Amino acid sequence: MNKIAEIFASLEYGPAPEASDMAMAWLDAHGRKFGHFINGAFTPPGKTFATTNPANGQELAQVTDGTPADVDAAVKAARAAFPAWSALKGFERAKYLYAIARLIQKHARLFAVLETLDNGKPIRESRDVDIPLVARHFYHHAGWAQHLAREFPGHVPYGVCGQVIPWNFPLLMLAWKIAPALAAGNTVVLKPAEFTSLTALLFAEICEKAKLPKGVVNIVTGGGATGAAIVNHPDIDKIAFTGSTEVGKIIRAATAGTGKGLSLELGGKSPYIVFDDADLDSAIEGLVDAIWFNQGQVCCAGSRLLVQESIEERFIAKLKARMATLRVGDPLDKAVDIGALVAPVQVARIRDLIAKGVAEGAEIYEPDGQLPANGCFLKPALVTNVSPANSLVSEEIFGPVLVAMSFRTPEEAVALANNTRYGLAATLWTENVNLALDIAPKLKAGVVWINGTNQFDAAVGFGGYKESGFGREGGKEGMYAYLKPEWEKALKPASEVLGAAAPHSEPLMVSLSNHEARGANPLDGAETIPLGVDQTAKLYIGGKQARPDSGYARPVHGPSGALVGEVGDGNRKDIRNAVEAARAASGWGNTSAHNRAQILYFLAENLGYRAREFAERIAAQTGSDGTAEVDAAIERLFAFAGWADKFDGAVHNPPSRAIAAAMVEPLGVIGILAPPSRPLLGSVALIAPAIAMGNTVVLVPSEKSPLSVTDLYQVFETSDLPSGVVNVVTGPTKALAKTLAEHDGVDAVWCAADAEISAMVEKASVGNLKQTWTSRGLYYDLADSELFAGDYFLRRATQVKNVWIPYGA
Amino acid sequence: MTLKIVDKPAKPAPVAAKPEAHAAGHGAHVRNPGFPLDLDWVERVRMNRSALERRAATLPARRSVKKEWQIAWLLKAITLMDLTTLNSDDTPGRVERLCAKARHPLTQDIIDGLGIGDLTIRPAAVCVYHSFVSTAVKAVAGTGINVAAVSTAFPHGLAPLSTRLGEIEASVKDGANEIDIVIERGMVLRGDWQALYDEVRAMREACGDAHIKTILGTGELATQTNVAKASLVCMLAGADFIKTSTGKEKVNANLVTSLTMVRMIRWFHEETGIEIGYKPAGGIASAKLALDYMALMKEELGTHWLEPHLFRFGASSLLTDIERQLEHGLTGHYAADYRMPMV
Repeated sequence: MNKIAEIFASLEYGPAPEASDMAMAWLDAHGRKFGHFINGAFTPPGKTFATTNPANGQELAQVTDGTPADVDAAVKAARAAFPAWSALKGFERAKYLYAIARLIQKHARLFAVLETLDNGKPIRESRDVDIPLVARHFYHHAGWAQHLAREFPGHVPYGVCGQVIPWNFPLLMLAWKIAPALAAGNTVVLKPAEFTSLTALLFAEICEKAKLPKGVVNIVTGGGATGAAIVNHPDIDKIAFTGSTEVGKIIRAATAGTGKGLSLELGGKSPYIVFDDADLDSAIEGLVDAIWFNQGQVCCAGSRLLVQESIEERFIAKLKARMATLRVGDPLDKAVDIGALVAPVQVARIRDLIAKGVAEGAEIYEPDGQLPANGCFLKPALVTNVSPANSLVSEEIFGPVLVAMSFRTPEEAVALANNTRYGLAATLWTENVNLALDIAPKLKAGVVWINGTNQFDAAVGFGGYKESGFGREGGKEGMYAYLKPEWEKALKPASEVLGAAAPHSEPLMVSLSNHEARGANPLDGAETIPLGVDQTAKLYIGGKQARPDSGYARPVHGPSGALVGEVGDGNRKDIRNAVEAARAASGWGNTSAHNRAQILYFLAENLGYRAREFAERIAAQTGSDGTAEVDAAIERLFAFAGWADKFDGAVHNPPSRAIAAAMVEPLGVIGILAPPSRPLLGSVALIAPAIAMGNTVVLVPSEKSPLSVTDLYQVFETSDLPSGVVNVVTGPTKALAKTLAEHDGVDAVWCAADAEISAMVEKASVGNLKQTWTSRGLYYDLADSELFAGDYFLRRATQVKNVWIPYGA
Repeated sequence: MTLKIVDKPAKPAPVAAKPEAHAAGHGAHVRNPGFPLDLDWVERVRMNRSALERRAATLPARRSVKKEWQIAWLLKAITLMDLTTLNSDDTPGRVERLCAKARHPLTQDIIDGLGIGDLTIRPAAVCVYHSFVSTAVKAVAGTGINVAAVSTAFPHGLAPLSTRLGEIEASVKDGANEIDIVIERGMVLRGDWQALYDEVRAMREACGDAHIKTILGTGELATQTNVAKASLVCMLAGADFIKTSTGKEKVNANLVTSLTMVRMIRWFHEETGIEIGYKPAGGIASAKLALDYMALMKEELGTHWLEPHLFRFGASSLLTDIERQLEHGLTGHYAADYRMPMV
């Protein structure tokens, strides 16, 4: 029988290879050896390492391992290019971004083939997903470049951005980093991943063709040490990183206290929830896109299947049948679903993880069939008989391995979905719109896909909750990652601003040092409290006045050193209790914005009744007339009452029949360390935006003037503020800040303190990668309502969740 | 789910063009005996249009056949064809020409060039109006090519039921062994599943041993959920094939609707063990599109379903395009349609 007759009988697919000759010719044209792209030109290759095709192990080219001197040269070039680039008219920058988009489209196939050769992903994906999204990202951001001044008034670029990207979507991650940075007027030094440098180098040529000014984009290749040189470079203003949570935490610690901007897009273990009324066949197909897209090497891969018990058996049977038709093989074959993993080390790591999971009791299903003899290939795998305790369920596998569990009720589905350190993405399938829109806001993830998965668009922000990082990429929310308020650049040290003008900033220090000098008699001065009915200021935790765990009191002195009262000496256990109370009050985030507004107005009203008393208390503690400060606090409460139902989301229109609802959600529990000055307003200015947006708060008032806040909890009690929404722990700022910053139950810390405490807070925040705002010893004039009664703190009190909602009858 | 079989399974009747392929591919094929209408099942149907569209859009990009594989697949496509003429101006002469093409779909040059003389490459059936059944039966006699008739007041299906049943009986009497019936779309839009079931059931009985393909007129059913439910009701009523379109609706067969229908076929098979055939019709004019449909069948239902007793293209101009592609595969030159013997 001839070959055609044989195929006529078998109806096999046969090979359908995409040619690689053009990509090989491009590599040859560079002598298969590359330097960096610095200041608009390729440098001579230095010490190089091989980049290989993971599908067959063959070397593609030699790439230079960037040294600190290389990084320094790139930063210098970027710094030199910054003034002119940032001063360009928006339209001029838009034209460059447009040209880059056009050039990428013109050379789309070369990019796609090169990406597949270097990374191992199927050509269908690089051709139909990665590269079109790259072009779209530059087109979209050409628009932001042009409309920057109008849409982001008062904002300026950071300056030089250091960007470090991963190997799973080499060119797409480059686009996500470079497009918004350039649109905002920054210049960049970008390091592609060690395994996948080639498309970034081809992109450098595109920048040349687009006649991008020299130094605006610099590409430095290399490994971890090169990345570290970028992260630690003193003349870089902002670091943007996509990669593992482990490295993200290292970067967070390394940048602590430096004042560098930071956005992190990290790991995930995203849930994929299937309810019993879903279109099951479509949900199966979605799962293919969720976990077998890019061999599962996707940070937002739907890697934890949660299926309703009533359909579990049928769904798993369907899934196994579908897995059998996935084609694993040569990534350049147009009819291959799963290509090669990026490197042998990844294959080995995943095999080890699977073995560990099996040892813990997991069952593995893999379809029949042979893998190619050579190359980094793995079969798609389904893991069953696991619970959240199995390491395959908790750890990010970053490979073609799906773990499956079942749930009984929507509530249990949400609990299981959120039972993870990560919070990048989530998927849910149901044909019931009520159920879908009930569940989506409850999932702690930056992206929620309803009846679909792994959908991306330049207009729709992408980024994580919890240990999946912070900052967004794409859309208006993504532009903020590359912009800062202009006034922030002009901030002066608090010591310089306050100096002699604020004598009250010193007395406590004086009195403490007096204590120390005299052996710190804790009862010292108690007899100087004016006689009357004793006032005992307590901590305020979970809606109750609580004595401090320590059983000690701290003295509060006035400007002349006289004792004006005592407050509880809070310690780490009080913080623990306060955080428990704040977490228990998380329902505050689900109350209606109108309701939150009403309570904030009522707070203002009740503070007004007692304005004189509060003014006197401020005067007693600080020596300055407190009337203006009380008035400002009332005004600020009013301001955020007004914001509560107005600072809301947007509806994006991605180029598919779907809407993406960008929902503005609270961060959760915010630990607030109020500034030393302005005992009332300093606290109110920070808690008002936090609670207006639905967060709950653990507040540490001014260390030296805490009585205004201990007075304030009586106002909370009369204003219907639910228990636990604001908790007050008085005590030493530094120690309490450390406990708050280290607490894994705290989602963010705002710290108005000196540079040392600020740096400590940023460093200590790595445990659960909480978001931080610190004043770093700079003077933020919180009385300035122009700056602080609006979006500045609102944006820091919230995170954007994009919910993709496809539609169609 | 427990289902009772309404009738005893009818004797399997050969519907394929090639008895030998029939024996190899589906020796145990059991004809759909029909099942009671299960409205609970109908109500459990869920179809998500956006997700179906995404799958349908990416499927052709995920699968590709080249070189010898492309040639073999296109040859297969010919054997899966209901070569069709359904025009108001059809005449016996026109139908005879169609049948002549069906008997010799490929020129000897192509057959020899590809070295496939041992394969029997012919359409599975010719498909005509009732008036031309006897003409077609005579014209394809002895070839194994089936004769399909569109009966039941094609394309609207709105004549009295007795008239439509009479038309089926007349077509069967004239020698048609496959009957393509049209359903009343209004019954679907009204959700009157019982009425739809009863009519199809009656038509199935009128067909006797002739196989019944139920045309849903999917372009007029408004939603994928309606298409899926109508598919299920027809299968429960005893359809041997479910078919998309008459070719006369504004929207004919497409991959999205096909995905809906083949998934219902798969579900029906899971529950009953009965294999139902699928026939997309209308607008399938290019060889590339035919390959996409075949890939869809292979991916969703398996290679097993790519046999004439389980899959047909309703097509008229498709054959010419396939011939052109085959000639291109053979010679490396692009071919012109006027050089192919016309259908």
